[in-house]
This record gives sequence, structure tokens and C-alpha cells, in this order.
Amino acid sequence: MSLLKKHASLEKNLSLLFVCSLVVVLIGGIVEIAPLFYLKNTIEKVEGMRPYTPLELAGRNIYIREGCYNCHSQMIRPFRDEVERYGHYSLAAESMYDHPFQWGSKRTGPDLARVGGRYSDEWHVQHLIWPKAVVPESIMPPYSFLARTPLDANDIEGHLVANAMVGVPYSEEMIANAAADLRAQADPDADTSGLEERYAKISIRDFDGNPGELTEMDALVAYLQMLGTLVDLEAYKANENLR
Amino acid sequence: MSEKDIDAVSGVETTGHSWDGIKELNNPLPRWWLWTFYATVIWSIGYMIYYPSIPLIEGSTMGISGQTNRAALKEEIAFANQARAERFARIESEDLETIKADDNLYRFAIAGGNSLFKVYCTQCHGSGAAGGGGYPNLNDDAWLWGGDLENIYLTINHGVRNDEDDDARFSDMPAFGADEILERDEIGQVTEYVLKISGQDHDAELAVAGETVYADNCSACHAEDGTGDIEFGAPNLTDAISMYGNDRETILAQIHKPQLGVMPPWGERLGEAGVKQLTLYVHGLGGGQ
Repeated sequence: MSLLKKHASLEKNLSLLFVCSLVVVLIGGIVEIAPLFYLKNTIEKVEGMRPYTPLELAGRNIYIREGCYNCHSQMIRPFRDEVERYGHYSLAAESMYDHPFQWGSKRTGPDLARVGGRYSDEWHVQHLIWPKAVVPESIMPPYSFLARTPLDANDIEGHLVANAMVGVPYSEEMIANAAADLRAQADPDADTSGLEERYAKISIRDFDGNPGELTEMDALVAYLQMLGTLVDLEAYKANENLR
Repeated sequence: MSEKDIDAVSGVETTGHSWDGIKELNNPLPRWWLWTFYATVIWSIGYMIYYPSIPLIEGSTMGISGQTNRAALKEEIAFANQARAERFARIESEDLETIKADDNLYRFAIAGGNSLFKVYCTQCHGSGAAGGGGYPNLNDDAWLWGGDLENIYLTINHGVRNDEDDDARFSDMPAFGADEILERDEIGQVTEYVLKISGQDHDAELAVAGETVYADNCSACHAEDGTGDIEFGAPNLTDAISMYGNDRETILAQIHKPQLGVMPPWGERLGEAGVKQLTLYVHGLGGGQ
């Protein structure tokens, strides 16, 4: 009877009931979530993954701003149909510098996790300006304004700092050069030796076909062309990471 | 819980709780529900032992099944590859004409080419391969780089005007206007001549002058009669089929500063068998020579 009496006091005291329910739910959450932070096999060991360049990061911000994730996922699941269509399944390591990640949960359009290098820059520009021009049956809305909108580059350093605070390994040198690096990546005439040293496997060119101006189109295309290309999948040891 | 408290009206045991004199009946749960509940509890124990589940310090329990999504995928792909290995090997080793002559193998290759086309080619060439907007139509008889099996194979394998493949198809039409190779008048004249040979409305007087300009500047690649040359990917100018448009303004713009198409090389990505399957599919679309 004594246990039942104690339970009665829990049932009659709203604040106590709330606190105790919270504790029970938290235990469930901690058991499910916390191990992912300390288990060593959560993130695969890979070669080639690096923080996004300032231009790619700016493109990524536009990707998020325009809500691309509402229709496009960035997560190739380990199923044969997906792997044959999109390429190697996504690795956790490939989104370890994503804050927030862009896995998405809905595919109205195709998955974009490995879209990088699949099409030419010109195709991306044409497609973003008027998707039906290249894919007549597409229902994607046009984003032609990106080509006309100059890229706001003033706050890029802040974005790098913010990412560094949540664990992306941006060095002080990267942060100090952020604004210059952002411009240099879309300018084939710029001195890019430092930029290439800071970011491996970087593509430096004018992305939007309009060399005179740095637009949001430059940033978004630079980001898309990088997606899924960083990790060296040939060096990746798939057999050690079966799960 | 020494004594049972029975409700006088219903004859059902109560929970013993009493609020303002109201007591709660303690009806038992339906049996089926209770047994289902117990069954799920037992099921979860088996599930926990069979599959990876409990997080430990260095990883998690692996379960006795050893089941993982990635290993399952590997097996599935290995199985699929094995099923088609024999045909793939034959497609890789035999030449295109031989494959085409073997009805069974040809149909296999076409089916594979069709699905590859849907994944890799439709974005530019369109889902019906009709092209448009600067990308060539693959259904018609007009071929920039040749429409026989061998030429289609080379184009798919190495691509056109890309930086990645040293054997890519390459040609570079000069920007006659932008680089000031021709005078403005001359470009106007040769435009009229191109309109003439493609059978469209044109200014006859200017076209006569344009014929000379054409012979001096264009005939080396587009041929004297304007029928083009697949050696240089120079389009036939007489058939009124063009990637960018046939009207006066577009032709003028194309001579002034040409747009030149780019195609990625697919050999490395799709492998020999993939490229051959695609070749046979594209060749079979209707325009193959």
C-alpha cells in the first residue's frame, strides 16, 4: 500500500508529475541519441572531406534560403535502385560539416547528394533560369533572379566564424581570407595560389557565364558542382564500414 | 491490498482510489489486447538479440544476424552483376556490329542503354531524345559528329569540347564578328547566303555577295555546298535543322560569336559496356546510319 500511496502523491501534484515525466522521456532520448556523439563508428574515416570554401558556403546559404531542401534530398540510401541511379550511397562523413544537414525527407525532384560534376555549369545556369528549357516536364520553379542578384559577400567571415564555433575546422587563416577567397574562386584571373592551398579539390572558374559580376548564381552553381565530389570513394574502405 | 473493494452496483472490483466519494472501477483489460502486449514484449527481446541494437562504449552489439544495410546492398549488387556478367562480358569484348546482329544480345543492350539514357542523358537531350535549346536532337538524320555506330560510340565515350578527356571531339568555329575577322557587311551577306541555301526567305542581292564570303571563309569546314563535315562537327547548313535556331537573327549571332556545345565524356563513368549499350540505343532511335 505504501508504494501506491507515494504514486498517489505523484498523481495529485501537477508540477511533480511534469518533472518526473520529463525525466522519463529524457532517459529515452539520451539512450537513443547520446551514443551517436561518442561512438567512433558513427562517422566513417574518409579522405578528402574539407570545410566548404566561402563561395560554396555562400551557395549553400542560398540553397537553404530558397528552400531547395523542400524538394531535393541530399542522402543516397544504401539501396540498389538509388545507388544505380545516383552513385555511391551517402556517407555520414560527407555531411559532417553541414550545419544544418540537408538530408531532406522528400524528393519531388531528384537527390542532389552527388550532382557535382554531372552537368556543365552552362546547364545549371540554363536550368536554374528556366528549368523547362532543358527538362520540359520539370515542375521546378525558375530562379532567374539569382543570375541578376549580386552576391552579398560582406558577412561571409561571420558565417565561417559561426561554423567554426560548432566544430567545422576553419583555420584562422581561412577566416581571415574569407572575403578575398570568396571573390577569387569565381575569378580565373585572380591570384588563387593561397586559395588552392587552403581548400583541396577546389574548382576555380567563372560559374555563371558572366565573368564581370559575382552573382548568387556563381555561388549556388559552385556549391552544386562540389556536392558529393570531395570524398575519395576509391580510397574509402567500404568493407570496414558495413552497418 | 489486503481486502478487495467491490462496487455494490456493478459487482466489479474498484481501484481503491476515492475522490469526493467517487470510486474508479478496475475493469480488466481485454484479453486479446493484453496478450498482444505480452507478445510484443517477447518479440522485442528476440529482435534485440537478432539485430544490432544496444549501444556500448566502443560501438554497439552486432546481433546474431550480422545484418547491415550496406552489406545487404553489396550482396544485392553482386548478385545483379553476376546475373548480367556473361552478357556484359560479351558486350565489352565484341564489336558493335556483331552485338547488333545477335538479336538476343542486341535487345539486352538496348534495354540497358534505355535506362542509362534516362539517368544520364535526358537532362540535356530530353526524355524523348528530341534535344532543343542548344542540345542536338538524336532522333533525326542530322548528325554533327556522325551517326554511324563507330562515330556515336566515339562521341559518347570521349564527349565534346570538354577538359577532362584528351580525345574529346573538338572544333572551334572562329568568332567572325567578335574577333573582327569579317566586316559587318560581310556577315550580313553570308547570313543571307545561309538563309538561301537552307531554303528560306532571303535577300537575293546580298546572298550573291555572301556566296563569295562563304567560299572564302566557311567552305573549309561546312563544305562547298554547305552540307557540313562530321570531321569538324560542322553542321549541315542546307537542311534547316539547327540547334540554336534558323531565323536571320540567330544565324547572324552564331556567325558573330558562335555558341559551341559541350558534352561530358562518359567512358570512364559508365564503362565500356555502358557506352556500347548507349551507342546501340541512340543508334536505334531512328537516325542511326
